[in-house]
Amino acid sequence: MTLFYALIALGSLALVFGLILGFAAIRFRVESNPIVDQIDTILPQTQCGQCGYPGCRPYAEAIANGDEINKCPPGGEATVKKLADLMGVEAKPLAGGEQADPIKTVAYIREDECIGCTKCIQACPVDAIVGATRQMHTVLIDECTGCDLCVEPCPVDCIDMLPIKETKQTWKWQLNAIPVTQVD
Amino acid sequence: MKLTMASSPHNHSHKSLSRLMITVIAACIPGLIAQVFFFGSAVLIQLVLALITVSACEAAVLLLRKRKVWPTLSDGSAWLTGVLLALSIPPLAPWWIIVIGCMFAIVIVKQLYGGLGFNLFNPAMAAYVLLLVSFPVQMTSWLPVSDLLASPISFSQQLSVIFNGFTSAGFSVDQLRVAIDGTTMATPLDTVKTDVAHHLTVAESMSKPLFNDWFGLGWGWVNLGFLIGGLYLLKAKIINWHIPVSFLGALTICSAIGYIASPGTEAGVVFHLFSGATMLGAFFIATDPVSASTTNKGRLIYGALIGLLVYLIRTFGGYPDAVAFSVLLLNMAVPLIDYYTQPRTYGHGVK
Amino acid sequence: METLIEQIKQGKVWPFPGGIHPPGQKHVSTTQSIQRLPLPQKLVVSLKQHIGANGKLIVEKGQQVLKGQALTKPSGNWSVPVHAPTSGIICEISPMPSAHPSALPELSVVIEPDGLDNWCELKPISDAAALSHDELVDIIHQSGIAGMGGAGFPTYVKADSRKDIDFLIVNAVECEPYITADDMLMREHADGIVAGIELMQQLLSPKLTIIGIEDNKPEAIAAMKKAAQHNHNIIVQTVPTVYPSGGEKQLIKILTGKEVPNGSIPADIGMLVQNVGTLFAINQAVFEGKPLIERVVTVTGNTIHKPGNVWALLGTEIKHLLDCQGFSPVPQQRVVMGGPMMGFTLPTVRIGIVKATNCILAPDHQELAEPGDEKACIRCSACADACPASLLPQQLQWFAKSKEYDKLNEHNLFDCIECGACAYVCPSEIPLVQYYRVAKAEIKEQQAEQIKAERAKERFEARKERLEREQEERQNRHKRKPAAKSDGEKQKVADALARVKSKSDAKESKSAVAAAIARAKAKKQSPDAELEPDNSEVAKERAARKEQARKYKEQKALEQGEENRDKDDKKSAVAAAIARAKAKKAAQAAEDHVEAADAAPKDDKKAAVAAAIARAKAKKAAQAAENKGDAEEDSAPVDDKKAAVAAAIARAKAKKAAQAAENQDDAEEDSAPVDDKKAAVAAAIARAKAKKAAQAAENQDDAEEDSAPVDDKKAAVAAAIARAKAKKAPKEQAQSDDSHVEVDSKPQPDTNESSEDKKKAATEQTQSDISANSVDTEIKPADSDVEQVSNAPESKEDKKKAAVARAIARAKAKKLQQEGNDKS
Repeated sequence: MTLFYALIALGSLALVFGLILGFAAIRFRVESNPIVDQIDTILPQTQCGQCGYPGCRPYAEAIANGDEINKCPPGGEATVKKLADLMGVEAKPLAGGEQADPIKTVAYIREDECIGCTKCIQACPVDAIVGATRQMHTVLIDECTGCDLCVEPCPVDCIDMLPIKETKQTWKWQLNAIPVTQVD
Repeated sequence: MKLTMASSPHNHSHKSLSRLMITVIAACIPGLIAQVFFFGSAVLIQLVLALITVSACEAAVLLLRKRKVWPTLSDGSAWLTGVLLALSIPPLAPWWIIVIGCMFAIVIVKQLYGGLGFNLFNPAMAAYVLLLVSFPVQMTSWLPVSDLLASPISFSQQLSVIFNGFTSAGFSVDQLRVAIDGTTMATPLDTVKTDVAHHLTVAESMSKPLFNDWFGLGWGWVNLGFLIGGLYLLKAKIINWHIPVSFLGALTICSAIGYIASPGTEAGVVFHLFSGATMLGAFFIATDPVSASTTNKGRLIYGALIGLLVYLIRTFGGYPDAVAFSVLLLNMAVPLIDYYTQPRTYGHGVK
Repeated sequence: METLIEQIKQGKVWPFPGGIHPPGQKHVSTTQSIQRLPLPQKLVVSLKQHIGANGKLIVEKGQQVLKGQALTKPSGNWSVPVHAPTSGIICEISPMPSAHPSALPELSVVIEPDGLDNWCELKPISDAAALSHDELVDIIHQSGIAGMGGAGFPTYVKADSRKDIDFLIVNAVECEPYITADDMLMREHADGIVAGIELMQQLLSPKLTIIGIEDNKPEAIAAMKKAAQHNHNIIVQTVPTVYPSGGEKQLIKILTGKEVPNGSIPADIGMLVQNVGTLFAINQAVFEGKPLIERVVTVTGNTIHKPGNVWALLGTEIKHLLDCQGFSPVPQQRVVMGGPMMGFTLPTVRIGIVKATNCILAPDHQELAEPGDEKACIRCSACADACPASLLPQQLQWFAKSKEYDKLNEHNLFDCIECGACAYVCPSEIPLVQYYRVAKAEIKEQQAEQIKAERAKERFEARKERLEREQEERQNRHKRKPAAKSDGEKQKVADALARVKSKSDAKESKSAVAAAIARAKAKKQSPDAELEPDNSEVAKERAARKEQARKYKEQKALEQGEENRDKDDKKSAVAAAIARAKAKKAAQAAEDHVEAADAAPKDDKKAAVAAAIARAKAKKAAQAAENKGDAEEDSAPVDDKKAAVAAAIARAKAKKAAQAAENQDDAEEDSAPVDDKKAAVAAAIARAKAKKAAQAAENQDDAEEDSAPVDDKKAAVAAAIARAKAKKAPKEQAQSDDSHVEVDSKPQPDTNESSEDKKKAATEQTQSDISANSVDTEIKPADSDVEQVSNAPESKEDKKKAAVARAIARAKAKKLQQEGNDKS
């Protein structure tokens, strides 16, 4: 008999609490930032396509659907870690190995050789190349993300990826790396 | 001419780690002298054993970690741990007590956590607690003051007791502990505690020959010695005043309240301040920089809580002396204390 | 505020948290007064010696400059000019290693002194009180004065502060060990410094000026007190010797007890801090007119033989300073620009000093030992005790090592002034400041990358949008094309085509002939026969035919113009309007002619002749028009081949017409021989006309053939020449014809967009013109011939021959012309 009473009591308690929880889940629902937007904020936006997707947003959507988080080389380890934190998955090392200290590069068109075919302009995902048909093409360094999608399409192979020059503002205080030589 | 590049500042105060540690060890000397004077030179044997053990353990672990041995060993932090532990245990404890304790302190509490600077708990106190809990008998066999001993013990006999368990004449430690009046002596704290449990008043308890007017014989002088050493450390700016002052202050206040509340069962302020490991704890143990709080405000809280816990455990707890336990408990609370006691940076919080 | 000023005047100073007491070592370099050095071999003046944008170069390589001459002019934000420190020649303007820890190259002007040290024209001001605010600020700006205490902030910006300044604080503290530049300057030039202070007071009108000096400089304190005693708004405050009390924020706290809130500048709380060296430079700039070209530099260290202070010209290479004072380097020598706490080591001594260089320190290893190995942090918090900004350096160090940038921001990393006090006291010898600098640089880089990533994202999205938009437009265009050609419209086009064809083939000639006969009859009845042949009705017919041709063209235009509707609609509309107008005009003219013709009946003979002539003319005109019409129809197709074929057909037709005309003429002659003479004349005229017609047709063909050359240019040129020639021919009689011609030809260029077609149209126009002219000339000689015939009937044979000969000659001439055009 007491068993019966105990069962009823616990059962009704469970029911009541379940109802309260369910109500709270609907009534006090918090609209959080869609996960895709959060992932997209973490990605570096170079739109290079090295992850296999045509841009950072599609990769963000793929991650939200369960894809691996270690496919972004420009983001590096830091991005993988942040994504691991966000998605609650294990932070794996970068697929394809990590570059030790990736130097930032931008594209440079050797203007003497440029034939004005606009193929690189069509390839650039952020429209960082200025030019028109049979007119000179040139790269806007400030907009270039270094994704090197333009190097392949160029038929005369006149695009180089050059490292960005270091300025006093970007110098990272590596005292051992100063290349000044004493003459006397 | 090739110029060397260096990062500013190019000036340095030459306050090195080893100098720090050696200074602290040196400040222990007054207390050590008092201990030798009142309780015999066995403590020196323990000291030597401790130093050998810690050096050996630290070297072994560094070799395993593939680090250079001497630069790390020479900073003296391991030696300081050994010294503090040796001062904390009964002088006639068997040799393996100190060896086990030192091994535990260095290998597990310090190096396993990451070496100097990375340990969460005070190594000496953690080792003391391990020994106390694992070997209660040996860890509570304190000798009475040599004046009160039934028969004096020579150095060689002390040595033989430590290593063999018996004197050359065949007496055990327990037998040696017999006082003039035929009873085995305990520490003053222990005596008062048991007497109160047996419904004696403190005054009656303290009328025993173990005590003088204020505190236990010998023990009081030892504490005084450590007090002097601690004051020297303060002057040399090796330690900050926050922890000792807050610890002693809290203990004073608590024992004062207790004494006022029930003078019969509570020993007074002076008794608490000068018995057991109070002064050693205030100046040498609780101020261990690695495991203590780092902000000044946090230190005040840290010291005060240790003082409170010491009083509570001494009065209401099961163990006679409580400094080790209190320190360990507060070590656990340090990250939280640090987080909430950050100082106000210049320019923040002003309009 | 009043009580605060009272407190300050009573000598109160406030403590600041932390601080250290490194050994001062100042006695080393204060043994003698500030020395003057000999001129160096070259001066390397960097363009950027301050915080802000570079100035714009106004000198060039090889130029001779005078001492104090401006090398740059201010341009851009916070831009301060630099001046030539001595007279000489500019031997180079190129990037040289800069006075910065990185030694990254910076554009510099290298001057080779000529040893004469000639000043440029100086403009000292005697009465500074008369200067306006802006004038004084401008003098400070143009003199190139930047903060000389070490930061290099443009002084004119501070002097031009728009905020209320309560306290002007003079930083004479010089808290760093070894440096004594400000100390000696105060001892020797206290009056100049006070004069500079008074200039700043004039600009800012502060309530009080406080000169803060450390108590380890008793002589300087005495000198400044003496110099400032006349001014009750300047007080000299002695502060305890603590490092880093010379930091701007710390000094404000010491002297006034107030803190600069995070994110603000001192001016926000009514404070302004200036270094004594800067104030002295302001004084020199105003009262002596001298721009900033030199400064006091302490050269000290155990390796220097004669440590002391020197007046160094800006741009003096450090090597020169070291050589002048005697330098014995030790192995692993460090040369530090600045003091031992905040100075940076230099990779080479071939760097020119800048406005912010206050000390060159070349220590040996006894006085400033190199730090040992870095050990683990023992959390002793000696660093937190020393930090003047009340930070937690050990926490910052933990986070910097583990790269936790958000925690670093929480712990206020950017409030660190990099004074080095924490690293000075650290027992574990951890290079704390280095970690913070690297962490700060990385955080800044991260922030910059974040901004860049945002931009890249925006551009990517914009590009995607643009591509999608273009694709949509392309698809829409695709949809529009088939919709244009619906069945109904196609039918309309076919009908129009049929109409035009049928009309031009069959009816026209018949109607023309009938009209001519009718006219002749009319003329018979009318006594006044006009000498002038009446072609009004023919003109009318032609107008009508032209209308139809135009309509056909319009139809075609409608077809072709579907693609470029917008443009063509307008153009064709305009053309149509013009055509309509001209048609109306022609119709009017034709009517007038008709009326005139009807109103004046003529002589029978004349009438007969006229009739015959008219008939012939009509036929010829019809033929010509037909040819033209055919030609036009033929010239319309874009295809050259078609044009050639059409031309051939036209030629054949012309020949046929000529033949027919001749036959008809013969027939006419036979059928109506009123007067043999007249008939012969008429025949001759007819033949001539036929030949003219043939010529015209041929010309047209030729022109047409010519109109289809591969080379557009040639066609254009030919057309141009033809047009010119056409213009030359008399227009009066051809006006109506011209108008008709124009009516026909105008729509053509409008409907055809391509240049080729336009040129073709042009050539066609010229052809038309030519044909018109040829028609005119046909008419003309006809008239003249008629007259001649009427005047001299006797020499009919001769006249005939002459006329024929003339006709032949004219034809030949025309042919030659055409050939000439071909060649051109």
